[in-house]
Amino acid sequence: MIELLRQMELIRAFEEMAEQLYVRGLIHGTMHLSIGQEACAVGAIAALEPRDFILSTHRGHGHCIAKGADVRRMMAEFMGKETGYCRGRGGSMHIADVEGGNLGANGIVAGGLPIAAGVGLSLKMQGRREICMAFFGDGAANEGAFHEALNSAAIWRLPIVFFCENNQYAMSMSVREAFPGIDISARAAAYNIPGITIDGNDLLAVYDAVSVAAQRARAGHGPTLIEAKTYRWRGHSKSDRNLYRTQEEIEQWKARDPIARFRRLLIDEGILDAGRAAELTQAVKAEIAEAVAFAEASPEPDPASMEDEVYA
Amino acid sequence: MTAYVQSTPTGTPPATRELSYAEAIREALRQEMRRDPRVFLLGEDIGVYGGAFGVTGDLVHEFGKERVRDTPISEQAIAGMAIGAAITGLRPVAEIQFSDFITLSADQLVNQAAKMRFMFGGKISVPLVLRTPAGSGTGAAAQHSQSLEAWFAHIPGLKVVVPATPHDAKGLLIAAIRDPNPVIVFEHKLLYRTKGPVPEALYAEPLGQALVRRPGKHLTIIAYSVMVGRALAAAEHIAQEGIDAEVIDVRTLRPLDEATLVASVCKTGRVLIVHEAVRTGGFGGEIAARLAESEAFDFLDAPIRRLAGREVPIPYNRTLERSAVPQVEDIVAAARALAQE
Ligand SMILES: Cc1ncc(C[n+]2csc(CCOP(=O)(O)OP(=O)(O)O)c2C)c(N)n1
Repeated sequence: MIELLRQMELIRAFEEMAEQLYVRGLIHGTMHLSIGQEACAVGAIAALEPRDFILSTHRGHGHCIAKGADVRRMMAEFMGKETGYCRGRGGSMHIADVEGGNLGANGIVAGGLPIAAGVGLSLKMQGRREICMAFFGDGAANEGAFHEALNSAAIWRLPIVFFCENNQYAMSMSVREAFPGIDISARAAAYNIPGITIDGNDLLAVYDAVSVAAQRARAGHGPTLIEAKTYRWRGHSKSDRNLYRTQEEIEQWKARDPIARFRRLLIDEGILDAGRAAELTQAVKAEIAEAVAFAEASPEPDPASMEDEVYA
Repeated sequence: MTAYVQSTPTGTPPATRELSYAEAIREALRQEMRRDPRVFLLGEDIGVYGGAFGVTGDLVHEFGKERVRDTPISEQAIAGMAIGAAITGLRPVAEIQFSDFITLSADQLVNQAAKMRFMFGGKISVPLVLRTPAGSGTGAAAQHSQSLEAWFAHIPGLKVVVPATPHDAKGLLIAAIRDPNPVIVFEHKLLYRTKGPVPEALYAEPLGQALVRRPGKHLTIIAYSVMVGRALAAAEHIAQEGIDAEVIDVRTLRPLDEATLVASVCKTGRVLIVHEAVRTGGFGGEIAARLAESEAFDFLDAPIRRLAGREVPIPYNRTLERSAVPQVEDIVAAARALAQE
């Protein structure tokens, strides 16, 4: 339990640091922060087994960390260094940790969903017991790829958990405008698979829902569509001026911070005391500081090696 | 490798016999599926229907519905699932029923399959094959007759194969299946029924090697896919007039065997590039530029010429359709004119 809190804190600290480094020009490109959504990544992946696969999204830092990635190599990747997970070729939007079972973030909204169907198909055809979880946003649920992937997974009962992080907005497009007044999970009915909407800021609710779905997938009963209602505190990416939502709305959701909520629960239950909690936060900060130092000290990739990995 | 050569009733199998291009592809699939349990097929109507062009025929009866998997009409999912399967231990051969529908798979091919290895720092490979029928000549009109190979040859990370004969259709497909990268094989619809000698044994033709189909002295005709046969017919025709044309079959657009093309043009001093796709942005432009940048430039006795499809969608009317893309007589005329320049 304390480990789950630590992971959420690590994600938060990692992203806050990444944001600072971005502002200081040490990280370039664009960046999509998942601050406020940590319970989804941590709760969902905690319900998987270590050898299971995930596919992630452009907002995938949390998924990567929760899947066990080393934050030093992640930070190095964000700074474009040779020691990064992708040797500086991927950056934040394409980070993958193949050995750890993270088959990659994706710069294309819903791009990972058909691939997840293929991973599920492959696992099933090989008779393997691993399963695959595909993360995606509410916006992705309106891409054709969503339909093609869910339908294929449903007809062949593939071992997949489709995990929708409904953070209320696809850039500026709110779910109120983008969906015809339904829960996204209701679409599961069209594929004759279970669909469930949960509180994505409640770590235990996420864990429980994914546990059921994972068990179902592993038993050969096919996919589940989980919709976790959550919220991103920051703008969509670094260019967002927040013109589409109010400060009040943001504050309301901040009051439902998944980390503070889980910490309070652990303290109330006597699992953690305030002193331990403070120590934990300090340890996480130190880990991030070390990651930054590692990344800064790491070498740049050699342009001469650039074409090495276009083809196998 | 010889384990799967089937014996004929007389006992001793001939090493080579005539097969159609479609049969040669089916044989490649069958032999590779027998050899490697990781190979499987997925696509629309490839199972009991046997494929829209009959290519997959009866494979479902030997390998079952798991390994010859009929999919819903979901081109994006077909390509994406091939990727997912390829990165987790299988060797998928996906089919897109007409290459025109590859537009619906384009994201998965261009943004996912092609880039995954590079973006992930070399930590993954994507050994998938996507087969698809291309080209005009069947009266299927604008949305079922295009030649889009140049689009994909433009993308680093993809390989693009354009076989012209049954022999190559088999050998290049086997190489594609064994290749650790995503490979797109454009099969020409008009070639499916053409026949030619095909060895029974399993053999892989290397990707990235062009072939001199007909040696000649006076000019080089560079072609691929259906245009190879037309170029050869044109070469025979002008040979009677004393013009000796060398015909080269490019066979794979990416990787491109520039050396064979350059060597031929250095020898003949004249080059005509022929393809069915429209000229604008067509792969012939790339070949022309490579030749112009190479040592062949100094050997040129005339400007590099291109003969390509007209700048129109493929029309329905047969006469219009025929005149929209190069025919033997067009190649004859272009080659003759070039020889006299
Ligand atoms: C196919 C595609 N269309 C548009 C974009 C630009 N884009 C990037 S993220 C995004 C919003 C995605 O929203 P959602 O799926 O809800 O995920 P979230 O950002 O909320 O996590 C958009 C429009 C893209 N990257 N890919």
